[in-house]
Amino acid sequence: MSWFMPFRRRKSASVARERLQILLTHERGADNHSDLIPLLREEVLAAVAKYVTVDVDKVQVKIDRGKEISLLEIDIEIPCDPEPSRMKRRDRASRAARSQRLAVSSAH
Amino acid sequence: MAQVVVVTSGKGGVGKTTTSAALGAALAQTGERVAVVDFDVGLRNLDLVMGAERRVVYDLIYVTQGTVKLSQALIRDKRLETLYLLAASQTRDKDALTDEGVAKVIGELRETFDWVICDSPAGIERGSTLAMRHADVAVVVTNPEVSSVRDSDRIIGLLDAKTDKAARGEHMDKHLLITRYNPVRAGRGDMLNVDDVIDILSLPLLGIIPESDEVLRASNLGSPVTINNPKSAPARAYSDAARRLMGEDIPMDFPTDRSGLFSKLFGRKAA
Repeated sequence: MSWFMPFRRRKSASVARERLQILLTHERGADNHSDLIPLLREEVLAAVAKYVTVDVDKVQVKIDRGKEISLLEIDIEIPCDPEPSRMKRRDRASRAARSQRLAVSSAH
Repeated sequence: MAQVVVVTSGKGGVGKTTTSAALGAALAQTGERVAVVDFDVGLRNLDLVMGAERRVVYDLIYVTQGTVKLSQALIRDKRLETLYLLAASQTRDKDALTDEGVAKVIGELRETFDWVICDSPAGIERGSTLAMRHADVAVVVTNPEVSSVRDSDRIIGLLDAKTDKAARGEHMDKHLLITRYNPVRAGRGDMLNVDDVIDILSLPLLGIIPESDEVLRASNLGSPVTINNPKSAPARAYSDAARRLMGEDIPMDFPTDRSGLFSKLFGRKAA
């Protein structure tokens, strides 16, 4: 419309309002989720570790933000050893065979 | 039952201290027993705005450290007998204020007063989280200006995360107080208007304080604006805000020093 009505300049307050709305939507999202990933990582790891031995380094949690939905991915590598609790450190090479992926989609 | 109110904003210079003094005095003018507490350690100013700067002997840190009793540090206002001030310390050591010390002082103040008004320092550091920690109610002071609104949004996030009330899983009661509002500029579209700020921050409105020379005049004289000139527009706006804080249902008229045209144009209902 600005080319159509060259003499009507856009009011600065409406620009301010729009900029704030965009910025704060973004910042609120960042605030709410800043603790989410480490927390989830820790709790999921604790839950899985009750049943199988898990290498802390083999757990990955990430969030992909989309317009409609966000994708929360939790990737945990679990070794094949049938009795994992007895597994020793040198058996580590036998791990990485099975990878379990949980994909949870959450409302944005 | 005492109400602990934190006056906070994130950004500096938006009117936290002016608001603490004016709201505290307005509450005391209705007969309530009020203590205003300056949490701005190192940069105390509430004493100056309230005209008590020459009467400060002991401050908040003396009390938190147990050096003196609370009653020795409280300064009674010379104009209102139910209004008291607890000054901040001018020490540069910000860690002088401890969690336990503050909890103890607030607990004692609750026993004696109807209202404890905590004047928060600017920023989102320890000083401001200490000021809000024990609050039952928060007054978020915001200027209709982008940086102030953004910082208020951060503070609202902190109020929902870092207060005792939030930690107990309770709802933190938060109110928006818009200060330095200029209805003419907002009407021209050169300043964010009240609805814009309410929309963005999603808080119920406690009051709109008009931009006014009376505010500077009152601080020059060391008198809360509600005492210095109770009939002025900002004083009436603060008094109305104080009554809303007390739970009264006061219509959100926009106070003005002019003929009443603006109050008709900008009159609104309380949120």
